[in-house]
Amino acid sequence: MRANCWAGRDEVEVREVPDPAVLNSRDAIVRITSTAICGSDLHLLDGYVPTMQDGDVMGHEFMGEVVEVGPGVDPTRLRVGDRVVVPFPIACGACAACAAQLYSCCENSNPNAGIAEKMFGHPVAGIFGYSHLTGGFAGGQAQYARVPFADVGPLKIESELTDEQVLFLSDILPTGYMGAEMCDIQPSDVVAVWGAGPVGQFAMDSARVLGAASVIAIDKEPYRLRMAEEAGHIPVNFEEVDVRSRLLELSGGRGPDKCIDAVGMEATHGSAHIHAFDRVKQAVRSETDRPHVLRQAIMSCRSGGIVSVIGVYGGTVDKFPAGAWMNRSLTLRTGQCHVQRYMTPLLRRIERGELDPTRVITHRLPLEEAPRGYAVFKNKQEDCEKVVLTP
Amino acid sequence: MELTATTTVRRPVAEVYAFWRLLENLPTFMEHLDEVRTTDEKTSTWTASAPFDRTVVWEALVIEDVVEERIAWRSTEQADVPNEGAVSFLPAPAGAGTEVHVHLVYDVEAGKLGKAVAKYFGEEPHQQLDDDLRRLKQVLEAGEVVRSDGAPWGKQARKEFPQHPAQPMTAEERREVLGA
Repeated sequence: MRANCWAGRDEVEVREVPDPAVLNSRDAIVRITSTAICGSDLHLLDGYVPTMQDGDVMGHEFMGEVVEVGPGVDPTRLRVGDRVVVPFPIACGACAACAAQLYSCCENSNPNAGIAEKMFGHPVAGIFGYSHLTGGFAGGQAQYARVPFADVGPLKIESELTDEQVLFLSDILPTGYMGAEMCDIQPSDVVAVWGAGPVGQFAMDSARVLGAASVIAIDKEPYRLRMAEEAGHIPVNFEEVDVRSRLLELSGGRGPDKCIDAVGMEATHGSAHIHAFDRVKQAVRSETDRPHVLRQAIMSCRSGGIVSVIGVYGGTVDKFPAGAWMNRSLTLRTGQCHVQRYMTPLLRRIERGELDPTRVITHRLPLEEAPRGYAVFKNKQEDCEKVVLTP
Repeated sequence: MELTATTTVRRPVAEVYAFWRLLENLPTFMEHLDEVRTTDEKTSTWTASAPFDRTVVWEALVIEDVVEERIAWRSTEQADVPNEGAVSFLPAPAGAGTEVHVHLVYDVEAGKLGKAVAKYFGEEPHQQLDDDLRRLKQVLEAGEVVRSDGAPWGKQARKEFPQHPAQPMTAEERREVLGA
């Protein structure tokens, strides 16, 4: 089959690789009809997530048709011919983490738990196409994928909704939604979202759906801010204005009640010398992540507020504003999205027209053009917001 | 060499005890064991892979068996690498399953093979036991040892890195790994 593979730092390549086969009894093989490039794929591309190997199949946002199931798959849950969206965390459904709906912390789905444990203290779930640290599972930017624990995660789509309407249930819509949900939004809340990429856009839409009084989008790309504004959110360009002053103006001088970091480890900074500091530390690997957004969100949030982190961090950060966090009674909430928890309720919201995930799609490319998709997405060319690939 | 490790399995104590007490089950999650064959209620024959493609075989004796609480065993006199082990089962808090506490002792001072075994365990000898217990959890909670494209061997954690790339195996690789 054809598959988009990691070929070294800053390079992906569509190659011919073997077709997947059932390796565990609860596996399914899915023929992929739509897949997407995620912002977190760029962290892998840029080499900031360790344990990538040449030939690793990329991609953790995909959907398609079940073409084979292992002998252990519960037939009342999944059969050949079913149309499914596959959540990016692989979860067994049986461990203590899964029982607590903390699917991205599944205790059984990562065969490389030992590596994850060394980096994170405790292991994390397996993830498709997302380094060997999260299991070494082939990803979904391919014609076919093997899906373990197929009777736990995949969501059956039985309505006439198009692929584009439901594909993002695999990751970015639940991730954005969880970012807003962790904010425990109240009707009077001003919610500020750093990052107007696809996850940020969905965090903004979710904050509105959950009843926020106003939602602010912080970014530097005019086309991304325009997209947020068209969806009813208030744009703030950090290259043009001082973010803190603008946020105070927009929140009656209190600061946003809730702040969402939808950027993560590769933030860019309006202040050149601080950006250079993090860039150099990251380059010599004495700091793995550039936590500028996390710092600014903590400094901006009103006292007693909540800072919700859905942008991906991979290792250690420097100059974490522990004083502001502690002295001003801030709550920090975070997590890789527990996608399985949100898929069905969000499908219902899509069906009811409360959320329109298709609004972020700017590029539709054949799988063969995945490398071009990565390039335009990474370099923010052609006003690229979200790339959907068709195998 | 003395190793201890602990895990919590989300299954009832009776089930976890019974699984372990059937010593034939140990090779499903213990990497170095190829086979355990019980010869009577207390005695069994253990076969393990040793360094340099060698296989070692020894007899073991169950020296303690408290139902749903504790099992202890030790190798008999002829073993190349004398060893003993014990496992205790405790109810986890809030009915969350079973705490499994394992204690293993290998006499690696005895003979050349013992030294080779010590070297094989490497700088982090507990790693292998930790991984064994992770697989015990997988088998009891999720039904089997979980395989990925990068780690298709399932049991063998020491093949951790570099691994097979995270792309499907060829039919030939699959035959080699799965033996099917």
